[in-house]
Amino acid sequence: MSIISKSATQQREMLRTGELTSVELTTAYLEQIKSRESAVKAFVHLDEQQALDAAQQIDTRRAAGEPLGDLAGIPVAVKDNLCSEGVPTTCASKILSGFIPPYDATVVAKLKTADAILIGRTNMDEFAMGSSTENSSIQVTSNPWNLQCIPGGSSGGSAACIAAGFAPLALGSDTGGSIRQPAALCGIVGLKPSYGRVSRYGLVAFASSLDQIGPMTGNVEDAALLLQVLAGHDSHDSTSADVTVDGYVENVTQPLSGLTLGVVDEHYGDGLEAEIKSSVEEAIRVYESLGATIKHIEMPHASYGIATYYIIAPCEASSNLARFDGAHYGHRADPSTSDQTSTSEDALTRMYRSSRAAGFGDEVKRRIMLGTYALSEGYYDAFYLKALKVRRLIRQDYDNAFKDVDLLIGPVTACSAFKQGEKTADPMAMYMEDLFTVTANLAGVAGISIPCGLTDAGLPIGVQLQSAPFQEDKLLRAAYMFQHATDWHQRRPEF
Amino acid sequence: MSSPETQPMGGTPYAVVVGLEVHVQLKTNTKLFCRCPTTFGQPPNTQTCPVCLGLPGSLPVMNRHAFELSMKTALALNCTIPYFTKWDRKNYFYPDLPKGYQTSQFDLPMSEHGHLNIFSENDEFADKQIRILRAHLEEDAGKSMHDEAAGVADSRIDLNRTGTPLLEIVSEPDMRSAAEAKAYLQELRLILLYLGVSDCNMQEGSLRCDANVNLHIDTPAGTIATPIVEIKNMNSFRAVQRGIEFEVGRQYTLWQKDKQVLGDMPKQTRGWDEGAQVTRAQREKEESSDYRYFPCPDLVPVVVTDEEIQAMQQQIGTLPASLRKQLLDDHQLTAHTSAVIVNQGLGFADYFLALATAIDDSRLAGNWMQGEVLRILNEQEQTIQQFKLSAAELGELLKFIQSGDLDNSKAKDVFAVMIESGQSAADVMAELGIEKVDSSQLEELCQRLVDNNPKIVADVQSGNPKAVGALIGQARKENSNVDPGQVRQICLALIEKL
Ligand SMILES: [Zn+2]
Repeated sequence: MSIISKSATQQREMLRTGELTSVELTTAYLEQIKSRESAVKAFVHLDEQQALDAAQQIDTRRAAGEPLGDLAGIPVAVKDNLCSEGVPTTCASKILSGFIPPYDATVVAKLKTADAILIGRTNMDEFAMGSSTENSSIQVTSNPWNLQCIPGGSSGGSAACIAAGFAPLALGSDTGGSIRQPAALCGIVGLKPSYGRVSRYGLVAFASSLDQIGPMTGNVEDAALLLQVLAGHDSHDSTSADVTVDGYVENVTQPLSGLTLGVVDEHYGDGLEAEIKSSVEEAIRVYESLGATIKHIEMPHASYGIATYYIIAPCEASSNLARFDGAHYGHRADPSTSDQTSTSEDALTRMYRSSRAAGFGDEVKRRIMLGTYALSEGYYDAFYLKALKVRRLIRQDYDNAFKDVDLLIGPVTACSAFKQGEKTADPMAMYMEDLFTVTANLAGVAGISIPCGLTDAGLPIGVQLQSAPFQEDKLLRAAYMFQHATDWHQRRPEF
Repeated sequence: MSSPETQPMGGTPYAVVVGLEVHVQLKTNTKLFCRCPTTFGQPPNTQTCPVCLGLPGSLPVMNRHAFELSMKTALALNCTIPYFTKWDRKNYFYPDLPKGYQTSQFDLPMSEHGHLNIFSENDEFADKQIRILRAHLEEDAGKSMHDEAAGVADSRIDLNRTGTPLLEIVSEPDMRSAAEAKAYLQELRLILLYLGVSDCNMQEGSLRCDANVNLHIDTPAGTIATPIVEIKNMNSFRAVQRGIEFEVGRQYTLWQKDKQVLGDMPKQTRGWDEGAQVTRAQREKEESSDYRYFPCPDLVPVVVTDEEIQAMQQQIGTLPASLRKQLLDDHQLTAHTSAVIVNQGLGFADYFLALATAIDDSRLAGNWMQGEVLRILNEQEQTIQQFKLSAAELGELLKFIQSGDLDNSKAKDVFAVMIESGQSAADVMAELGIEKVDSSQLEELCQRLVDNNPKIVADVQSGNPKAVGALIGQARKENSNVDPGQVRQICLALIEKL
């Protein structure tokens, strides 16, 4: 059995006992990348030599008996919207071509402190806007389970990377489902922490009040291992919460007794694919067999989730993305060659317009326009303000639900991975990919996607658990109970 | 609406309506949302970090000290402090604004509904209260040196100033003349200096003032308002007064021609041209009318407690208005002297109070402060904190005047040496051989001079009292310590008796 099919938790133990070196481990992943990456295209930037050098250093330090961090010598792939000092950070956008941040995101700094090996940067939908990673300006990533299919998005590069065995651990970001949806479509584990659980400092913002960084891994223990390193208050992020971080690693294998799971009946409507429906129902039966009680609950405002999300997220994005104007960094259009048809605009306005016109892709432009419109004078109350009110009601639905149940259980997506190009002409169909995931972001609760089946076509299916804010410990333990009782997490694509 | 105050020659009467928006840079060590220093005059782009450069991924964290200084200022301006305030983004594109939005406060400012009293030193207007609509905290922008003619390639941007805390203090349109506006600005500046919250340097831009000006004109059909104009780029108090005066004249002349009233056109921005002493229309910022304000999702709202407000209230200390009242009522100074002392700042006023207490004579202390002390400070370009003599040391000198040991002119000579050498008054007097001439000695000297100078006496007797000056000259030649005033008095009395 190859070393790369083992969990990071197991690898960590082997590194500790000296059974394995970090150079061996890193080399094994790099070889897998070398042989399969051209088919998957998960990475936008690979740090092969730096990774090997870092691995060598860890081995040397370990041999010298030095104390090492919690992820010492283990490769980690990082989504390309997390700043890493001296490493290109593009958000898969042309407008950030050539941008090299002079600072580390807090999560990247934490990985470095934990002595992880930063192996490379993963592909994504431009500025995390999308559900298929097709909105990348750099390349289209394939789903390792079927190379004609998309891996989901926006953290599709990180999901494909884990499924293809390119790294044991990866970071994703989730604004409306961008960790959980690709995790489900690639048959891996993806955890979106509660809002405020992980510092956003250094995450290139899409929608600040919804964005969270989280682990994408091959199994639940590894998600606990990575979250342990990421979680905690950060003085650089006012919205990061000063709430105690539980012992996720220590607790994850402890089953919960007297678990009550809530099922939202609205989730099982027309849109849900039959195979997904039956897999999720099967997962619920597994929990019942483990002693869990199932309760049917109502989320009366959940159906407004998509509409609310597609007001709030674009509003924030329209402002967050204003800084990409060509004046300070990244792509700047040459004013002499750019479109000069408008005679009323001055050189500065022309530079802004042409830089942004050339630098942003269509989906990003669409959302900037949506957000700009919804925040405009005369529309603010009808759109943005109303969306905030619905958001509060959705949060109330969750608060009420968690009075009755420990966790919610349901599907992650309505359908399995679709073919590349299938939905690119239909933004609404693409937006519906977020149907079961956005409400967690709107309410700030935590959610995890774990593998629970395969379709007849051999594509992965995920089941989602959601917990009240800062109950990641409960979420991980419940997820582990399912994983322990099943073997879906051990399935890997052959490609 | 107030009654018109101006009656132009042969024209229609009108009232001037002015409101001021004042931006004050707060004196914090670090910026509002990052920990970069706020030091003025450093090489371009050296006081920056990912946050104030607006780099992707960076996040703001509020500087609590800046908020406290704002609270202190707002309380001193009689504003109320809400228990809950939040941050909003003001979205617009400009090269000196690296995030593409300014973090400011829109609908829930950190303070509102205050007031400030103004008065005229030369009775140009009656004492009045100017209402303050609100004061809110925001971040400053950078500076762009933009050469329109050369195009984009020649623009330069310095982001050192970006993120410096700015308190924007907005008045109601309560001022009715340029003089009132100037007085408001001066009083506001004085309050800020007394609070120690800002350097208030208009040249360096730590105090900036924009004026909204229009006219309310009486016409047979009722009172009409002319379109509001915002005047910018006024970099001194004089410029504020001149700018408003110019704008009043311009608007009146223009109205006579085009009869445009408020609402006929959008608010116009005009810049004050100091060289030409005129306001000129400024290029409008692209679509600046809709800033698409919305709550900043990166910052948590600020919650303020009664305890914090009370604690801050206690830190306010002496303010110019109460000090002015104290100098007039308790110290019986003239309005002019008290104004001079108060305008010099809190340190100067404290020095005065110490001096007046030391010699138990406010009038004498006041005269010396506004005369000799201020003259030396101006000559040597010093602040009172750098002044060589302590209030106690100067008090020793003034006590010699009170005891009659020194006349005022001798005291000034002694003072000059004290400033020069740092010696005590007594030591300088000893060195200069100054001692008190006792009265019998002085009587005897005067009698001798009257006796020995019949020609001068005759001159005085014939109706020329100035002739007595020659006797004073002789007296000083014999004894340099005599008080010329006393000599004159005694000699004239002796001649009278002849
Ligand atoms: Zn800074």
